[in-house]
Amino acid sequence: MSSLVAAIVTGALFGAGLLLSGMTDPHRVVGFLDVAHWDPTLAFVMGGALAVYVPAYRRIVRQSSPIFDGTFHLPVARAVDRRLVIGAAIFGVGWGLAGYCPGPGLVAAASGSSAALVFVAAMLAGMFAQHRMPNMR
Amino acid sequence: MSHWGLALIGGVMIGAASALLLVTHGRIAGISGIVGSLLPPAAQAVRWRIGFLAGFAATGLVAAVVAPHAIGAAVVPLPLVAVAGLLVGFGTRLGGGCTSGHGVCGLGRLSLRSLVAVVTFIATGAITVTIVGAL
Repeated sequence: MSSLVAAIVTGALFGAGLLLSGMTDPHRVVGFLDVAHWDPTLAFVMGGALAVYVPAYRRIVRQSSPIFDGTFHLPVARAVDRRLVIGAAIFGVGWGLAGYCPGPGLVAAASGSSAALVFVAAMLAGMFAQHRMPNMR
Repeated sequence: MSHWGLALIGGVMIGAASALLLVTHGRIAGISGIVGSLLPPAAQAVRWRIGFLAGFAATGLVAAVVAPHAIGAAVVPLPLVAVAGLLVGFGTRLGGGCTSGHGVCGLGRLSLRSLVAVVTFIATGAITVTIVGAL
């Protein structure tokens, strides 16, 4: 299996998981964030994902390198700083507002959902804007 | 099967895909990072990102035909969806991740940074839902 095919299959598996789990339905996401009428579905999704990823991560990074790359590219930042907290806070507001985050938004957009297409276009603009900002600390 | 069962299975697939990306390409499966690093100043290693997003998008195309009910309708009017998109785009890049990057991979690596991020975005998300619901 070539490196590119592996990437495609990985993306397809991820997208399929989002669809199957209901995360491409903004109502499900908003329901999880609704403290008054709580829908725990997203928690089950997270639980399933972590049940696999926690042990898999530990085993995989013990190898010297990934299959198609000479090195692992893992996050190096450690500090819990203002950028992290403010960025997460802003992301959360957007997430709660429309019930989309990047992944589900993209899958839904690819399916032709006009709301998701609007979301993705705006998301790209927001990302672009953040890249243009001077380094905020 | 109840939708909770499907949620669990879908979650397992997401976790497996994230592990697969790690073992094949050594990368964190953070969608905001994968997309964001294709925008200027773009990363060098573009191919795996394009491949991943192509597979990702393909599932949406397939869903449109075989499972259109999986794609939910918007929960707020389009202008607010656009505002939400701007906030998500800006916030995920500033905060260094989203529900996949911080939520699955970050928590999965037992990262304190990601725990703080997840608690924060769930909190502001919940507050937002409450406020929007009251309007």
